[in-house]
Amino acid sequence: MSKVSQNKKVLIVDDDIDFLIQTETRLKNAGFEVLKAESQKEAEELLKKKKPDIAILDLMMEHVDAGFSLSYYIKKIYPDVPVIIVTAVTSETGMDFDASTEEEKSWIKADVLLQKPIRFEQLLREINRLLEKK
Amino acid sequence: MVKLKVLVIDDEKHMCSAISKALAQYNPEVKDTDEKISFSIDTAYTAKEAFRKIEKMDPDIILLDYKLPDMSGLDILQKVKFDESECLVIMITAYASLETAVSAIKSGAFDFIAKPFSPEDLRKTVFKAVQQLILARQVRKLTEEKRKVRFQFISVLGHELKAPLNAIEGYLSLIKEKALGDDVSNYMEMIERCLIRIDGMRKLIVDLLDLTRIESGEKKRELGNFNIVDIAEESVENIKMEAEKRGIEIILQAEKEIYANCDRGEILVIFNNLISNAVKYNKDNGKVWVRIKRDDGKVNIEVEDTGIGMTKEDQKKLFKEFTRIRNEKTKHILGSGLGLAIVKKIADLYNGSVSVESEPDKGSKFKVILVDKTNDK
Repeated sequence: MSKVSQNKKVLIVDDDIDFLIQTETRLKNAGFEVLKAESQKEAEELLKKKKPDIAILDLMMEHVDAGFSLSYYIKKIYPDVPVIIVTAVTSETGMDFDASTEEEKSWIKADVLLQKPIRFEQLLREINRLLEKK
Repeated sequence: MVKLKVLVIDDEKHMCSAISKALAQYNPEVKDTDEKISFSIDTAYTAKEAFRKIEKMDPDIILLDYKLPDMSGLDILQKVKFDESECLVIMITAYASLETAVSAIKSGAFDFIAKPFSPEDLRKTVFKAVQQLILARQVRKLTEEKRKVRFQFISVLGHELKAPLNAIEGYLSLIKEKALGDDVSNYMEMIERCLIRIDGMRKLIVDLLDLTRIESGEKKRELGNFNIVDIAEESVENIKMEAEKRGIEIILQAEKEIYANCDRGEILVIFNNLISNAVKYNKDNGKVWVRIKRDDGKVNIEVEDTGIGMTKEDQKKLFKEFTRIRNEKTKHILGSGLGLAIVKKIADLYNGSVSVESEPDKGSKFKVILVDKTNDK
């Protein structure tokens, strides 16, 4: 695990400050470098200056699909950066989708969709899997 | 157009066809509904056939002959009523005696009609049943809608209460694992966030109690003649500390005394919610004006701020429960999403209204009008 995480930059974008602080703490303890943004706009500014190795995006921020737009933006400028979208929408709004079928992958420009509340171990497993695949 | 299913059960075929004819072109309208009614009619000549058709078509209205070859109409009636169907039964009887009518009604028939009858008589009797059916349906629909709204409310509420618990739990397990080492001072941000989330949760619960108290009508309203300006001053006093921390000034513009017949607690909730919003969504060093005026049987309350304002679209959603405007500017502002819904509910109690004028980045002005004719000079 430490081999994969060494010096890797993880971008987390979420308007939930508590999720941001907690995930940052745990990722740092796992050996990652962490970049944070609290909105799509802030993330786009940050992405102009820095390229992360992987991105974790919340779906609902200033717009209900901000995570999707941001994922599209990342894939456009950094096609090789894997994107994980985390969302609570299924439980909050009844919207339901995941990125497992080819059709869904074609319009959801993300590699993995995870449902909140999310266990850190699960997030870490996905991060490591996607980084190893790269 | 509402189609009602009618089953005519009579062994006299000419009677069945006469009834069918009388109802085929009949399209009554029920008062106070937009519904126009039409009928689809089926017939049965024996009890056996009738049971089969009742099972199959689930009729809304049954026209039932008192005497059938294989069973009495009353037995059929009892069977239909036993099934707890909502179907209304009109008995057709050749013996126009009060006795048969009474026994039919006792067994659960909606009405009866005595042979011989004109098409007009028949239509009149059927129309009564139609009114009853449509009314019952409307009541059911309304109850169902209310139930759905309630469920939705509870479900959103559940999420709103769970979110801070998740956050607090997350911090506590990080602290337990000593994720930031042995030094307690490393954890101050986490502890601070826990306290903020607990505070938010408490506010949500207080708002929720306010809301249910108003809605249930269980809390006795303590109406009396109170000076609204006094109540406003108390509210300003409550919020002043919070405002001063960010250099925000609250200015009360009103005569010394404006009396209204009201519940003091309710008016205080209105001021607390509007003024704390005006502070919360303000810019640092901004201003809040609280204006109270009486004119022509009304008390006008106005709370204006120099805050972040909002778009026309956002304004429309504002008074609904659990509505919070999510954007870059509001992401650090905590709220239950119930404050303005409560203000609206209270204003309704005074036959009043709530409205908002707002411009993004300029500020918002909330107006509450309370009707009070008792204090007019």
